[in-house]
Amino acid sequence: MKELDIQELERRFQEKIDNDIKIEPNDWMPDNYRQTLIRQISQHAHSEIVGMLPEGNWITRAPNLRRKAVLLAKVQDEAGHGLYLYSATETLGADREDTIDDLHSGKAKYSSIFNYPTVSWADMGAIGWLVDGAAIMNQVPLCRCSYGPYARAMVRVCKEESFHQRQGFEIMVQLANGAPEQKAMAQDALNRFWWPSLMMFGPNDAESKHTAQSMKWKIKRHTNDELRQQMVDITVPQIEILGLVVPDKDIKWNEETGHYDYGEIDWNEFWNVVKGNGPCNKERVDARRIAKENGMWVREAANAHAIKRAARKAS
Amino acid sequence: MVNKEWPLWEVFIRSKQGLNHKHVGSLRAADAEMAVDNARDVYTRRSEGISIWVVESNSIHASHPSEADSLFEPSHSKVYRHPTFYEVPDGIEHM
Repeated sequence: MKELDIQELERRFQEKIDNDIKIEPNDWMPDNYRQTLIRQISQHAHSEIVGMLPEGNWITRAPNLRRKAVLLAKVQDEAGHGLYLYSATETLGADREDTIDDLHSGKAKYSSIFNYPTVSWADMGAIGWLVDGAAIMNQVPLCRCSYGPYARAMVRVCKEESFHQRQGFEIMVQLANGAPEQKAMAQDALNRFWWPSLMMFGPNDAESKHTAQSMKWKIKRHTNDELRQQMVDITVPQIEILGLVVPDKDIKWNEETGHYDYGEIDWNEFWNVVKGNGPCNKERVDARRIAKENGMWVREAANAHAIKRAARKAS
Repeated sequence: MVNKEWPLWEVFIRSKQGLNHKHVGSLRAADAEMAVDNARDVYTRRSEGISIWVVESNSIHASHPSEADSLFEPSHSKVYRHPTFYEVPDGIEHM
């Protein structure tokens, strides 16, 4: 086969994408495509792993055994999702340890939602319902992403996450129908998580520097604002069913567009949290770094055990 | 050397008796037995399997995408390997 020049390779690559043929690990791909995916998938993996922390906070204080078992299962799923995704980054040639160190050094980002504290049990409801709800909305289109290993990981993740949202909503339903104090807890959690959940979809389309290229490569299928609008449209009726109040005085059904109009997002807050100044950024990254350092002996012990076991087999 | 990175393993799961083991993903573990244990936790949390294979990733030898044409193109022209290539007169059954 004659050597192909890079433009011809890029043309063939884009042709495959346009024809909805998936890209697999050993296929030729433009370096930017590879780097974009490594960045996106590793940040997604970090979000799953850091996302275990705000909920882990409530495992020992879950109100009953059923709630505790459910929360444990959810947090365990998130660990699993992080692992699927770290594996997907490895198929692109990224080094897993480097990827994780980038999180700890602050070089790699993760979803800014996890930098908010979880101060009451109702937050477990709001997170499952709103945060997992927003994550599912982001992830469902990723099941059709052009990169095979990422798309396959997303199929598994989406299948598993549907219970996450339901268990959160169930918590909200119980609180909203409980004593006035419980209903107030539910409203308070909604008030605190509503706006950060809408921020999860990322900056407005006009500000989103990666969207156009990612859509051309079919890594992304919808823009940030499209997904955010979908989230608002789906969630507002759910808030009404709960008998709670949307914490946005500008929320209004728009007959003409067939969508809800909603208020301006505080982008200063968003960028401030992204840049590391949210209420829990330091705590979250410290927790991850300490976990790696404190777990080092376990990884070394496993290696020592493997060597010993292999020697025993050989003798 | 005990502080090296755990090797990468490819995981294959048989979902039920009578079906093939199917590739589901990969993970890291210090040895094969620990890889099976980890695969249980990572890939079968919802009764997805009844049997697990793990294979160290660097033991897998794969065909290269650039060879795909020379490897697989020759069979494209051999349509006579499929039953639909043959004409069967009307009224013939059980064939």
